[in-house]
Amino acid sequence: MARPARENGRVNAPRPRDRVKIPRQHPAEAHPEGRRSTFDEVSGGLDERTALVEASRCLECRDPVCTRGCPVGVDVRGFIRHVVRGELAAAAERIREANALPAVCGRVCPQESQCEAECTLGRRFAPVAIGLLERYVADWEAAHRPVWERPFARTRGPRVAVVGSGPAGITCAAELARKGYAVTVFEALHALGGVLRYGIPEFRLPKHVLDRELRLLDALGVERRTNFLVGRTATLDELMGEWGFQAVFLATGAGTPLFLGIPGETLAGVLSANEFLTRVNLMAAHRFPEHDTPVVAPRAVAVIGGGNTALDAVRTARRLGAERALLVYRRSRAEMPARAEEVRHAEEEGVEFLFLTSPVRVLGDAEGMVAGLECQEMTLGDPDRSGRRQPIPVPGSGRVIEVQAVIEAIGQKPNPIVQATTPGLLTGRHGVVAVDAEQATSRPRVFAGGDLSRGGATVILAMRDGRRAAAAIDRALSAAAAAE
Amino acid sequence: MFPIRDAVPLGTGLTRFRVQAPLVARAWRPGQFVIVRLCEGGERIPLTVVEAFGDGSVTLIVQAVGKTTRHLCSLAAGEAILDVLGPLGHPTPIERYGRVACVAGGVGAAELLPIARALAGADNSLHTIVGARRADLLILERELAGCSATLTVATEDGSRGRRGLVTGPLHDLLGTAEGLDAVYAVGPLPMMRAVAEATRPLGVRTYVSLNPIMLDGTGMCGGCRVTVAGHLRFACVDGPEFDAHEVDFEELMRRNRAYTAQERHADERWRAGGAPGA
Repeated sequence: MARPARENGRVNAPRPRDRVKIPRQHPAEAHPEGRRSTFDEVSGGLDERTALVEASRCLECRDPVCTRGCPVGVDVRGFIRHVVRGELAAAAERIREANALPAVCGRVCPQESQCEAECTLGRRFAPVAIGLLERYVADWEAAHRPVWERPFARTRGPRVAVVGSGPAGITCAAELARKGYAVTVFEALHALGGVLRYGIPEFRLPKHVLDRELRLLDALGVERRTNFLVGRTATLDELMGEWGFQAVFLATGAGTPLFLGIPGETLAGVLSANEFLTRVNLMAAHRFPEHDTPVVAPRAVAVIGGGNTALDAVRTARRLGAERALLVYRRSRAEMPARAEEVRHAEEEGVEFLFLTSPVRVLGDAEGMVAGLECQEMTLGDPDRSGRRQPIPVPGSGRVIEVQAVIEAIGQKPNPIVQATTPGLLTGRHGVVAVDAEQATSRPRVFAGGDLSRGGATVILAMRDGRRAAAAIDRALSAAAAAE
Repeated sequence: MFPIRDAVPLGTGLTRFRVQAPLVARAWRPGQFVIVRLCEGGERIPLTVVEAFGDGSVTLIVQAVGKTTRHLCSLAAGEAILDVLGPLGHPTPIERYGRVACVAGGVGAAELLPIARALAGADNSLHTIVGARRADLLILERELAGCSATLTVATEDGSRGRRGLVTGPLHDLLGTAEGLDAVYAVGPLPMMRAVAEATRPLGVRTYVSLNPIMLDGTGMCGGCRVTVAGHLRFACVDGPEFDAHEVDFEELMRRNRAYTAQERHADERWRAGGAPGA
């Protein structure tokens, strides 16, 4: 196997025709049996040796198509070249130019449909493991050269309010603070992070990694205001009036869960994936009674949906002790929007997949608790507007699955409070806030992004919105200052 | 941190707190509530705000019924609550109805008081009924009398006022020549359902304030969903007040029992001397 040779601190990277012979490196992963009773992170990431080998697979294409596949435009070729040379601090610097949350993105981005989908190597061989390398660099940086311990200039520029502290809000706040604005982040919950806090489980994104990334905001002098629900604690107009904020970035996410609308849905034991995951991720219900918040712990559970949220929920249920953890999805495996790695991990952990299966009715016992889920089989017809083949019910295919809990992960819509309390803020279907290409809303100096303006997307697209909004806010406030 | 300025016992197992929460105090309107978390590891629970003051404090009245409320009621002036989020939910729409009955059951009197005061302030004639299981569980009688044209007390054991449920005096009011133009009821679910059934045949507008299982209080979990007029509603953002004649009380009672076993376990552990948040 060809390996990079290191001499006198310099690396002689293998020639391209040798590089393609190097197999893609894989991280150490916790054993599936052991994973069922722990919330520890599954992937151990690459180590120094495997990271160097993996980085040396990069063909250093003249046209780095990988960067085009990255929604925030990370200079992938550039940072990997630094890794090959052993310049990890420079590699981290290079990633941070475009990405304020590298340790998060390295773990949760759907790389297989973004940067790695574009990778030239991937046309004939396995693509470079860009996500794993990003995570390796970010974790090295945190251990050796923490970004939050570096001095940042604290300027007192115009005040900007960032509403919501998920990936869009964090990115926008960090970008604006770097540009010298005085930024305050408003968060309704008691801890920052948004969906990274309440939605994504510990086994995929450890909370200490999130906390570490959030310390960048402290280092940049960003003010945190938790327990503050904009629209109720103070309205957006009050923030822009008496509170003195010159501009606002709205990034309150899509936190309101959708429900199927099938009979039996209000039985005790039917819950949204949002509620189930929030109980565990934010409130540590898996540590009940040491922590006060309880959570259902059924012997058998059906999770409805095929996205990352559904997989997070079903894998969490397995870890809470469910003997049968079923994922009920109305399309087939090929149409699942979830990350490939999560599907594989779920299978390893013993999750049962019921494809082409759609719930019809939740059945209850005499006490009003869930006793079963009636389903019907589906077949796939022609592609719908999303390009995925439309499921069609198969007549007479009904059957009942015995479960004690049903968790719905069929999607979310934006939380309505900011829209309902802000006059003149235009919204579309499901209360999604309307924005232009610069993330500007119908209200002057009010910008929006992330799931609030998308209705439900990924962490990295939310971060792109946050970045764009920060640039637009900077332009708007610079122009206003110049005009004075 | 939200400092407790004052903690005064109020009847058996009930405590009245003055908590410093300036932003909540400023924005609060009758009918709205807060979510509190006492400490790290603690759960988030909804509590109605009874009063708000210009000095930035709010009044919370808490009945010790489970682990978290027992812990809260053990706190004294000078201690603090870790998190207070609010005000949440829609304020009560205050209209001039005319003759209004305000019906409270148990600690529901605390939730009803600000609504009653606001209704009285809008020129309604208030006929208030306060009920409890026993005399020592009656609260805010004097305060409610202060804004009411008449006040009737009912206890289930007859230890004070009329013996029986609040629906007795309510039927009397409904049967008078003037009748009633609106009814507000806050209390345990069976009591609110009984009030709804009493007014339904007469078509008297009746409102109830619901207190279902809640986690975030901002519309994100759906734990508080209730069926109202056949539609799914979130009590935290669509409520907490709803038309009593449209609420599916049976379903709500079932849903509120979802965690009974765990709640009992946590409570027993606390009473056996468990440390706060542990």
